[in-house]
Order: sequence, then structure tokens, then C-alpha cells
Amino acid sequence: MKAFSAILAIATITASPVFAADTNIITIGFTASRTGPLNVDSLGQEHGFEFWRDEVNGKGGIQVGDQHYQVKFVSYDDQSVGGRVQQLYTRLINQDKAQFLFSPYSSGLTAAAAVITEQNGKIMIDSGGAEEKPFELGSKHIFMVITSAGHYLSGAVEALKEKNPHARIAMVYSDDPFSKTVLAAAKEQAKQAGLDVVMDESYGPSTTDFGPIVNKVISSNADAFLGGGHYSDGATLARQMYEQKANLNWISILVAPADDKFAQLGSAALGVTVPSQWEPQVSYKPEFGPATADFVKNFEAKFHQKADYHAASGYTAGAILQHAIEKAGSLDPEKVSQALNDTDVTTFFGHIKFATDPAHHGLQAAHEMVLAQWQQMNGQLGRQVVWPAAARSAPILYPIREASH
Amino acid sequence: MLGILASIIDGLLVGLVYGLGAMGLTLIWGVMDVINLTHGAMMVAGMFALYLLTDAFGLSPYAVLPPALIGGFFAGILLYWIAIHRMIGRPPLMSLLSTFSVNLVLIGIGTAVWGTALFNVSVSVPGLSIGRYTFPGAHILAAVLAAVIAWLLYLFLHHTRLGKAIRAVANNREAAELVAIPTTRVLAVSVGIGVALAAVSGALIGTLFPFTVLSGDGYQLKGFVVTVLGGLGNPVGALLGGLALGLLEGLVAPFVPVSWTLVIEFTLFVLVLIAFPRGIFSSRRGAL
Repeated sequence: MKAFSAILAIATITASPVFAADTNIITIGFTASRTGPLNVDSLGQEHGFEFWRDEVNGKGGIQVGDQHYQVKFVSYDDQSVGGRVQQLYTRLINQDKAQFLFSPYSSGLTAAAAVITEQNGKIMIDSGGAEEKPFELGSKHIFMVITSAGHYLSGAVEALKEKNPHARIAMVYSDDPFSKTVLAAAKEQAKQAGLDVVMDESYGPSTTDFGPIVNKVISSNADAFLGGGHYSDGATLARQMYEQKANLNWISILVAPADDKFAQLGSAALGVTVPSQWEPQVSYKPEFGPATADFVKNFEAKFHQKADYHAASGYTAGAILQHAIEKAGSLDPEKVSQALNDTDVTTFFGHIKFATDPAHHGLQAAHEMVLAQWQQMNGQLGRQVVWPAAARSAPILYPIREASH
Repeated sequence: MLGILASIIDGLLVGLVYGLGAMGLTLIWGVMDVINLTHGAMMVAGMFALYLLTDAFGLSPYAVLPPALIGGFFAGILLYWIAIHRMIGRPPLMSLLSTFSVNLVLIGIGTAVWGTALFNVSVSVPGLSIGRYTFPGAHILAAVLAAVIAWLLYLFLHHTRLGKAIRAVANNREAAELVAIPTTRVLAVSVGIGVALAAVSGALIGTLFPFTVLSGDGYQLKGFVVTVLGGLGNPVGALLGGLALGLLEGLVAPFVPVSWTLVIEFTLFVLVLIAFPRGIFSSRRGAL
């Protein structure tokens, strides 16, 4: 018996390296909000990750030196809760041995994950959290591929100023780190543009009755609205503003109108603008990776839903990480970080370059937002890019509603 | 000025619907001293009934109300036999725990089936516009229906034999048994009615606001506030308490940031309790 066990042990020990050598694997970990209020937006990002993984594995994997590595994901449901994110990222790093991490969806959860990844010296690519704060704390290994929160509404403010230099703006937004950062920056930008901010209020993220707030918007005599938060509150705000006939000439809502589900609101959706990280109509010329039209077509064929900016940013997280690993020729976090610092490329998502000064390390320095607006196209509601002028696919609709509706 | 009035009126409309929900809670509480912690889950059941029936059969949202009432009634009877029957007469903590457990089971099943995604039922009823302010038609209709159902409950409790039996049991269960009122049947029916009210108020709320499986907690909390304001065991008081809460919310909203509304609401609630420990509208404990 003892001899048999010894032979078995030796066989296992000598056999294992043979198995390992056959399949080189890079493990990437992340959490997704498969349940909880962030679930609609998180799903798009997760599909973006998966689309990239299947594409890169289908082509033989990531090339590191002269080896090829298949990409394997380990992921968990964070239930849209920050506390879960911290437990799960610790698990991903320590137990699942993830070598690289993707961010969860939303600024709050990304900030929670960043604490863990920085403590462990692991690279995390952030495609879902736009708040700048985690990058201002001396981080070295988090890299944001999307435009940061401070720039979200600058296009909307400029577009509004062009259409109505005397606009009176009501700002009503969710009390969460992302929305507060976006609207605080927008308020500054509006003031500098000479626009009047007549109302500035936040609401708890789980609010469902916006009736009192809409009444206040009406009382404030505002003719423009900037605000919202994520999908649920943004969609409900749009609907209730329409039902209560708030009669605004301009509405910019965060996140919610960028989702195709927003079309279900029908007339309430018409004219609503949304700052978007990416729309299928943008025409950046990619240096590598698919062209916009190919990405859109193949994504829709695979997932039976249109690609939105969450999916595009998720895909880009993978593509940029792959690019950096291949340039570094190594899986060592320091070498890959250096390659990310040196990254200056254009993909179908846009121009990607990271800030490298210690005060803002990892913040996205080159990517720009576009402003999309829901308009009638051939009898159907759809999003058009209306700002900046260079990326425009349709003129801005202003005022968005007939005065007597 | 008109803005404040509009806010108050809208608050009253929604308050009526909260009051309807609280009537179910207070009825069960008043009749058998049981705090029904499945109240929130039953409201959510009403919301989902609204969503599923309108989605699957294309019914008008308001046609879902009778099935919600009937379904809620039978669910309540089932709840009574499962979780409450053996707890009658025992310390209140037992019934609290047993209804809480049923609540956890229901929410768990709900989350497993539907996740925590947001659901929305689109209701288009023309609203009423006064000046710049519009009262959504759905709010007006929900308030009217809540008032009608509350009035029907009042008629039932005061002009039918069974209703009077329920009030008798609420008043003094032992004495009711002495006059041959079948108390077990009465208790079961009371829970049935209480849950039916929770379900139908949930369905009405579903026509106003979006909801998730977890939405019940918030409305249950408001239900407790309204129940205590209105006096335990007093359904009419509950309706008035709902109006009072709605009035408060409407009055406060134009003046302070919306996030402060709950803080002020609960502070005033505590002050009211200190001044009126039995609730504003209660005359005597157990008087229905």
C-alpha cells in the first residue's frame, strides 16, 4: 500500500507540470452586479468582457513573448453592494489567483475594489467607474479607459449654451459618488458658461416617487434639466417629468437614456439627451481591433441585443489590457503597468491614453464623451449623436417638446 | 403658493393609498394582537400580480384589482393557518418571528425568480392640469379607488354579521367565544381581509411607481407609521393617518431638500407619539 501511494504521489507531482505546460492561462477576475439596482447597466459591461474574451481566445489567445495564453474569467455577483465587492476581490486575488482584474460596474463599487487591488499590487482596468477620487489617492495600478465623471456633462452644457444662452437649469441627481461628482462639475461649467442654475438637489438612490421633486422643478421655473443617476431612477424621472408636464426645453439625464430599454418610455423619451462614452455612430479609425461597424454587428449577433457604451467599454478594457501585455511581453504587473503608462492608441471606442503624473495616475486623459439624443428616425425612436459637431449624426432637437402638449 | 398646494394635494392622493395598505396591517393587529411582518411582501405580491396579469393577458391595470383582493384573501387565510394560528395567545414575539420568517421565505423566492430588477407597469390615464401643475391621472384614480375600497370595508365591518363578529373578537376574544362566535374562523377571515388589503394597495402602488421584489420594506415602514398615527386596530384611523402622512410629505417637500423629508417625517412621528401615545385617532384600544 505504502509503495503504491508513493508511486501515485510521484506520478502526480511529475505529471502536473506537463498538464500546466499544455494550456497557458491568464486568469482575469471581476464582479458583476447580476442582482441589485445596478443590474441592467452591469450586464452590458459583462457582455463586453465576454465578447473580448471569446474573440481573443478564438484567435489563439494573448501573445506573451513566444507563448500564447488563453484568457479565463473568474467572476462573482456583487449584488450591487460595496461590502460584497471587497470580500469578492480579496477572494479573486488570494484564492482564485487572478492575475489581472476588471472593475465592477459603477463608481462606488469600483472605488471599493480599487482599495483591494492596490493593496495587493494587482492591475485593475476600470471600464465602469468614472469617479476620479480613487485615482487621486496615489494609486499605481488602476487604469480608467472611460472618460471621467468631471467631463460627463460638459458637452451637454456647451450644447445647451449654444441653443439658449439664457437657460435656467434645474439640477436634480442621485446622492451617489458618481452623480454628485458629475453634477458638481457641471454646475461649475454652467456658471462659467453664464447659465443660471435655479435648483440643485439630490435624492436618495432608491427613491421611486419623484412627484414632489418634479413639482419643485416646475416651481423653480427651470427650462432645462440636468441630472439623474443610474438606470432605474433616471428612467422614472424622465417618465414622471413627462406625466407631470414639466415642459422643459432641454433634458440631459445620466446613464439611463443610453440603454436601449429607455425606448419603452415612448413619448417620454423623445428629446432626452444623454452623455455617452460611445455610440454606434461614432467613427474613430482603430489602430487595432475591430472597426465600429464590425463590433456592433458581431456583438448583436452573439448577444441578441444592441451594443451600448457599457459593452463597448467592457470590450475596450480587455483589448487595452491585451495590447499592454503583448507590448510588455510579460505578465509581470510592473512591466504591464509601464506598458499601460506608455499606451497611446485609438480603438473603435476612441483615443485611449492614461495620465501618468502621481496625482492622477491612471485617469483617462484622451477619451471624449459624445452627447446622444433620442429622436424619431423613420417612425421609430432611436439615439442620434448630436455633440460634438465633428461626431454629429443628426442636428440637435431644441426645444425638445412642443410648448402645448 | 400654487406649488405648495399642488404638493399637498399630490401628497394627500398618495397618502390615501398608503392608508389603504395600513388598514390591513391595523386590522390584523387590532383583532389578534399580531404584527404582520409579511405585510410588505404581500404588497409586493400585489405589485407583481399587477405586472404579470397585465403583461400576460393584456388586462387593464385596474382590472387586476379584484383578482388581487380575492387572491390576497386566500393567501391571508393560508398565512393564518401556517404562521399565526398556533401563536394566538402566545407572547407577541412569537407571532412576530413567525410572520417575519414567512416574509423571508417569500422575499427569498421572489428574488430567486425575478432578481432585484426594476419592474414598471405603464398606466396612461389623462391627468388633471391646474395652472402649471399636473396631477397624474393614475394618482387621482388610485386615491379614488383606495377611498372606495376603504368605504366598502367600513360597511362590511359595521353592517354585516361577520363584520360585527370581527369587531367583537377585536374587542374581547373571550367574551366573543362566550356568545358562540366562531373565533378561529373570524381570526382567519380577518387575516384574509388584512392581506387582501395589502395586496390591493400594492397593486395600486404598482400603477404609480416602479418596484422591485425588495420594495415592500419601505412601504411596510410607512404602514407602521400610519398605523400607529391612526391608532392601533382602527381602520378608519389608518386611512386618516395615511392622509396625515401624505399631507406631511406634501407640506414638507417644497421647503426642504427632498432627502430630508424622511428625517422630518419620522421626527414628527416621534413627537406625535410622545403627545398621543395611542395614536391621534384612537378612542380605545381594540375599538374597530
